[in-house]
Amino acid sequence: MKSDNMVIDRSLLKGREYRGASRIDGPLVYMKNTHPVGYGELVEITAGDGSRKMGQVLDTSDEAVCVQVFEGTDGLNLPDTKMRFLGEPLSLSVTDEMLGRVMNGLGKSRDGGADPRGSEERDVNGAPINPTSREYPRDFIQTGISVIDGMTTLIQGQKLPIFSGNGLPHNQLAAQIARQAKVRGGKSDFAIVFAAMGVKYDIAKYFIDSFEETGVLDNVALFLSLADDPSIERTITPRTALTLAEYLAFDKGKQVLVIMTDMTNYCESLREISTLRGEIPSRKGYPGYLYSNLAEIYERSGKIAGRSGSITQLPILTMPNDDISHPIPDLTGYITEGQIVFDRELNGRDVYPPINVSPSLSRLMKDGIGEGMTRVDHPHLSNQLFASYSHVKDVRNLASVIGEEELTEVDHLYIKFGDFFEHKFLNQNFDEDRSIEQTLDLAWDALSILPSEELQRLTEEEINEHYKG
Amino acid sequence: MQGRIIGQVKRVNGPVLIVKDITDAAMMELVHVGEGQIVGEIVKLSGTTATVQVYEDATGIAPGDNVYGSGMSLSCQLGPGLIGNIYDGIQRPLEELRKLSGDFIGKGISASAVSEEKLWHFVPQAKAGDTVSAGCVIGYVDETSRVRHKIMVPSSYNGEGVLLSVADEGDYTVTSAIATVEQNGSSQDITMVQYHPIRVPRPIRERLGLDIPLITGLRVIDSLFPLAKGGTVAIPGGFGTGKTMTQHSIAQWCDADIIVYIGCGERGNEMTDVLREFPHLIDPRTGKSLMERTILIANTSNMPVSAREASIYTGITMAEYYRDMGYDVAIMADSTSRWAEALRELSGRMEEMPAEEGFPAYLATRIAQFYERAGHVKTLGGDEGSVSVIGAVSPPGGDFSEPVTQHTRRFVRCFWGLDRALASARHYPAISWIDSYSEYVGEVKAWWDEKSQGKWSKNRARIMELLQKETRLQQIVKLVGSDALPDSQNFILEVCTLFKNAFLQQNAFDEIDRYCSPEKQIAMMNIILSYYDAGSDAISKGVPMVKIRRLSVVQDIARMRFNVSNDKIEDIDKLELKLHRSLAQLGGLYEE
Repeated sequence: MKSDNMVIDRSLLKGREYRGASRIDGPLVYMKNTHPVGYGELVEITAGDGSRKMGQVLDTSDEAVCVQVFEGTDGLNLPDTKMRFLGEPLSLSVTDEMLGRVMNGLGKSRDGGADPRGSEERDVNGAPINPTSREYPRDFIQTGISVIDGMTTLIQGQKLPIFSGNGLPHNQLAAQIARQAKVRGGKSDFAIVFAAMGVKYDIAKYFIDSFEETGVLDNVALFLSLADDPSIERTITPRTALTLAEYLAFDKGKQVLVIMTDMTNYCESLREISTLRGEIPSRKGYPGYLYSNLAEIYERSGKIAGRSGSITQLPILTMPNDDISHPIPDLTGYITEGQIVFDRELNGRDVYPPINVSPSLSRLMKDGIGEGMTRVDHPHLSNQLFASYSHVKDVRNLASVIGEEELTEVDHLYIKFGDFFEHKFLNQNFDEDRSIEQTLDLAWDALSILPSEELQRLTEEEINEHYKG
Repeated sequence: MQGRIIGQVKRVNGPVLIVKDITDAAMMELVHVGEGQIVGEIVKLSGTTATVQVYEDATGIAPGDNVYGSGMSLSCQLGPGLIGNIYDGIQRPLEELRKLSGDFIGKGISASAVSEEKLWHFVPQAKAGDTVSAGCVIGYVDETSRVRHKIMVPSSYNGEGVLLSVADEGDYTVTSAIATVEQNGSSQDITMVQYHPIRVPRPIRERLGLDIPLITGLRVIDSLFPLAKGGTVAIPGGFGTGKTMTQHSIAQWCDADIIVYIGCGERGNEMTDVLREFPHLIDPRTGKSLMERTILIANTSNMPVSAREASIYTGITMAEYYRDMGYDVAIMADSTSRWAEALRELSGRMEEMPAEEGFPAYLATRIAQFYERAGHVKTLGGDEGSVSVIGAVSPPGGDFSEPVTQHTRRFVRCFWGLDRALASARHYPAISWIDSYSEYVGEVKAWWDEKSQGKWSKNRARIMELLQKETRLQQIVKLVGSDALPDSQNFILEVCTLFKNAFLQQNAFDEIDRYCSPEKQIAMMNIILSYYDAGSDAISKGVPMVKIRRLSVVQDIARMRFNVSNDKIEDIDKLELKLHRSLAQLGGLYEE
């Protein structure tokens, strides 16, 4: 049969090398007259001077193949460029020896040691988890940060991004979470996978130092694709990192926290390639598949029934111009299970962490808090904090129009509550680790400023037990 | 069993393939690509080339790979065994896929949508010699304890035939013949399973009026912005405003017979939540598990984009199938924006000329075609059934002026706009009473008025008017503070606040509050308006508003949504007596 011959042909042609590109455009190299090359195949590129680069097939037809080169196309020329098509997708050789190592976006050594080699090669694109195999995440992670534990609780297996802006302390917060996060009463076989996309070396260094200080560096795998590395490498970095995370979580049973910074740079790289290929752009020049593409990253988190590990994602993205409706935070918010939103004004008033609670949300907290998990009054309490604090904003607006003296007695109390909330509850030290009980008691201290009739979201029993007015 | 070879791959660009040397192929024909048998569909034909979109990850497909035609369109398999199942966008059962490829979904695997081994107890209703046509009922099987699954002559059957034989009552698999029909000398076996192309609406006899409300148990919907059975509604809202929560609530408590829930490009964990939670939830009307009336479709955001495009058609085809048995079906599509974006992504890959924001020009037509498949109909079998469509829309940046929201608005008659400010204050469901509307109010009025002795429509109109007034007053309050308003106007604010807290908000996690019966809704609306009337009256007699709002009965009204269960509505009547007594007492103090 004809089709049988085709199969044999393809496998024989695998690994064949060709010389001479027909066009080079940014990170894309086009080559004509090759054997039929599969979509998504891995490509090894050798430059005229013998240096090696890796690439991936983005478009293939019987006329030409378009390859994106992860390390950038610097130094390649048309006649001497050699390409070898490996007949399989880009894969990562996974091993737990990667913990404690610093690697580049493709998983190659960056710390002077030998490239980590494992026994198994995994396709870095992964495969979607079957929804019937998932286990619904409901284990509370105590971060020791009041506003997160109390109002936007992090759950093991959740993807909870930090929406930040340039110059805001998102790295400090991520480092603090990485340092303090613990599951109460749970086993602590944890690991951290850190992926840096297009950030400066100082930021990567900040994280390394912070991990080192707390003595966890041996449990951290770092994938760095820094600001001066080719932008194209960033598009593969989170996938490499998540491939290792999946191995550690679902094969080795570890509780993995994945920190990815900065997702904005990742999306910019995608836009760069898309524009170079002349694709039809959707919003702000980003490709139409940005949503699907981000989903392929963010959905690689969670828990699988019958396996003990979990992947919790903490992506960081800087909102261009602090605009939450920009396509990157917007599409991210539609995929992730909530978001933690930073506020420049709070930061200006020296409140750390400067989290604006109104737009912040944790979608999984409803099943991870309350009796038996945190404390029985937690759900209503957090609800009340949101409601009361949102009224504070109305009162402040009113006060700025009619003056604070003209406010009613109750509204004065709201102003007082707002100040206490921001300076005592929200604000905490960079190395302050509050237990959930401390957090909830502090919330009651704040709410006790208000008259008890105002606390409509709490039950009478809860008020009788905790209200201190 | 490979089909005929219809051509070879020429170019691969993500999920879109160009196929050359096409011999014979039809538009929308289902094809398999390469030795991996990747499922795809022909979306464009031009000369000897065709454009194919594949429903799985395209990695590894190379130019020269064979493309096999199947001779049929992408179709749904329809028969007993659909209920309680979970499918991906092209109706592959996810539980079966899990058995085949483990916790991660592999490539090129397939499984039958309904079990071919399971035996169903068939009870014949037609007999040999009967004249039948498409949609005629031959017998039934009890699919679950609450769904009697009618076995019908397939929708693809042309003209009238005569039943030669019908199987006796007994246990059969879905693939065994249970009847034989003859037409002009040629006979055809009928099994319990039939195929229907997903993009073609199933035939009906005629459309009927929409005058019965779909009761969801959510007060803001049922009482203010009702949806009719067979109607269409859009729920737009930015992320975090509670689209999914609202959809879940409706899927749990609405009074449809069958629910088709489509997770189209949404989160995997959300689908898991539904999967884990529904079997344990008990339907308040029948006392049976909610899973016994639910079909789930999960095409999460990281599953292939073309299957996401197909998922809503798969869902509505199954919904129409159950409608044809005479059921009221409600279909939830969460979210249609993801579907529209899938269209955009595929259109972009096909290098079509874009219209607004990169969406293809045929976006509006596709949205219209989808929503038009809803309706309250007389089926070919003579029953009455309905399909109601509840589509979530996720506008980028929460901006309702974007194309998907705008086009959807043109084709739905009911609109539940979710408001970010309400969601931030954790007012759920965050359905805005300013932006939302329902064109079904006039049509379902008779139903409600009959239940409420004519009060519903009047009360609804009064409440809406108060809420409008409140919005205007709030603007003044923002400028000068509430102290500047006279008590009579302040009282409007007071009543509206009470209405929002006691009526519009609903706690999905509270045993009592999560479902509110129509009777309780009528009583609640009534007592709040009584409070307004009696209170205004007292204020006009000089009673200060502060005194009124401090009455203990007002606290009771505020908490009635938690304290009065659906079967104890007379408690609200007692509250009403207490209200009038308290106000009369208070009025007495100020009369002298």
